[in-house]
Amino acid sequence: MSLKTFHLVFVTVSVLLMLVIAAWNFGNYRDNGTPADLTWGIASVVVAVGLLIYGKVFLRKFKNVSYL
Amino acid sequence: MDIPYTVKPRPDTGLYNAKVGIWLFLASEVMLFGAFFSAYILLRVTAQHGFWPDVADGWPHGLLNIPIGTFNTAVLISSSVTVVMAWMALKENNFPKFRNFMIFTVACALGFLGIKTFEYKEKFSHYVIRTTDGKVVTGHLDVDGKSPLFWNLDTVKSKNIEKLKVEVDIPNKYRFPVGMHVPEDIHKAHAEGRHHDEKEIEVSQIESLKAFIPSTHPFFAIYFTMTFLHGLHVLGGALVLAYFTFIGTDLWKTNPEQFTNRIEVGGLFWHFVDLVWIFLFPVVYLL
Repeated sequence: MSLKTFHLVFVTVSVLLMLVIAAWNFGNYRDNGTPADLTWGIASVVVAVGLLIYGKVFLRKFKNVSYL
Repeated sequence: MDIPYTVKPRPDTGLYNAKVGIWLFLASEVMLFGAFFSAYILLRVTAQHGFWPDVADGWPHGLLNIPIGTFNTAVLISSSVTVVMAWMALKENNFPKFRNFMIFTVACALGFLGIKTFEYKEKFSHYVIRTTDGKVVTGHLDVDGKSPLFWNLDTVKSKNIEKLKVEVDIPNKYRFPVGMHVPEDIHKAHAEGRHHDEKEIEVSQIESLKAFIPSTHPFFAIYFTMTFLHGLHVLGGALVLAYFTFIGTDLWKTNPEQFTNRIEVGGLFWHFVDLVWIFLFPVVYLL
């Protein structure tokens, strides 16, 4: 597995982490209604989407580099 | 002597030798960290109830600084992006660009370690105090304007202190696991910007006083063990990447392909270290 492939795995896991953090913040917001939790939750979703877009751009830019 | 397959793939594996080597090494690392994650699960499910008398959960929550942990996560994710960019810069034959990205990566690693050191120091001066009436508070001691590290009840008694000034934490909401309602007075205190209450506690009323160190609770034991082990990996990775950036660059002039492969191998290790943190962060900070 090349660094390119491992990087894509890493970006995928990072997106999942951001979604976990978002769920955790939304859970806190549901329990306590603190606006900061809602803000952090939304911010985490935004970062997750940003990482997805980055992954797509990365794939397009380095399509000639081997996956092995 | 010529070392074979440093650039060209070996026919039977289809990879150059260093890449096979680093993946074998990373497989052993997965087993190492996997053992610690297993230990974490076992410690957590067997934890004795009553760390917080008012929370029916044996596992402490809300004792780590989540914003700082989140910032450190962002630092490591950024460094993974830049190490890949450095490798790609070499593939584009652009050495100055490679060096800039690598400097940023090493700076991120050092930044991460600096922040972690600050976090550790903060924990060593943070105490959990149990009083004879069954109450438990956490906070920092105030001894002549200083916040001492690594004290215990014997240290306090040996200094003939009768009353201990404590900046008692107003529990943050993260002390109460998701699904549990946080008491209104805690919300109110935080809304008013109050995070601590200054109190004086009679030393004779103190049953135990322990810093946030590994022997205080299995949570701290596994937290310090795993994060310290991870920190050592960050330090090791940073040293190797710094070597490639500043000292070991002559190879670029004589054998650029091999140099590029070395950076790829270093980058693979760096990604592994960052991936461990991606799992470690939610496990110890959030859950």
